[in-house]
Amino acid sequence: MIKVRVHDRWPPGHIRTPAYIRGKVGCVERNLGPFNNPEQNAYRLDPDQHDLVRVRFTMDELWGTDAEHPTDTIEVEVYSHWLEKV
Amino acid sequence: MPHDHLSPSGHPYRADDDTPLTYWQTMEIAVRELLIEKGHLSAVEIQHQIDAMDARSPANGAKVVAKSWVDPEFKAALLKDAGSACRSLGFDIGPMHLIAVENTDDIHNVIVCTLCSCYPRNLLGLPPDWYKSREYRSRTVKEPRKVLGEFGLEVAPNIEVRVHDSTADMRYIVLPNRPPDTESLPEEELAKLVTRDSMIGVGLPKHLSELNA
Repeated sequence: MIKVRVHDRWPPGHIRTPAYIRGKVGCVERNLGPFNNPEQNAYRLDPDQHDLVRVRFTMDELWGTDAEHPTDTIEVEVYSHWLEKV
Repeated sequence: MPHDHLSPSGHPYRADDDTPLTYWQTMEIAVRELLIEKGHLSAVEIQHQIDAMDARSPANGAKVVAKSWVDPEFKAALLKDAGSACRSLGFDIGPMHLIAVENTDDIHNVIVCTLCSCYPRNLLGLPPDWYKSREYRSRTVKEPRKVLGEFGLEVAPNIEVRVHDSTADMRYIVLPNRPPDTESLPEEELAKLVTRDSMIGVGLPKHLSELNA
């Protein structure tokens, strides 16, 4: 599986990248293809298209020693402009 | 008089809700009236849409799950593209993008939307209130086993809990495991075992013994 890191960015506005995954590393579960960028769509700007990617994180990666069960997982849809390959 | 505030049934009277409209309620009425005045929509069309939304129920999702239990080809199509598979069964799910996630002997799936309250309404109807609560939304990604335990579902430590945070364009439905001893049950009866909560992942389907309970 391809490893990716979510950008640790905190811009203002309508962002659909949850705070708890920013800066975290996960694996690509599947690529869903291009979707309108909600950060522009929300303000009725002509939206760019970005691939929407389902990324799988371990609880260990997200919560560290606070993890309830470190090997459990969370899958989140992330727009590709928030991701970089590791 | 200590009982003044109780109804004859012994329960407190519910407070009347005849308070002034909020900003957003006023906005909704204004937009709706403008759309009608300008001829974009009629009041009847709006009522029909409300009726259509109210008519959707978890029974639709239950039919999809039951079909996946008896028809391996359908199940494969559902896991590949759940939206198209549901449309092929005749469900009008609108433009919804749907993903079906399958429970197995090793994985238990549960759905949440941490950012708002995204829910596959077009297939399961309106979400339960708890699904929209801040508590469910924040805790399910942090301590899902504890949350599931509060729903009465203990997941064994050797089974992976997989949380799906419905943050963007997709909606999700869990395909729960088929209950034991149901090999001879017809599809329509199987559908009766599929609960709303089992399709969100906070519960399991009913057992055969609960079929008529």
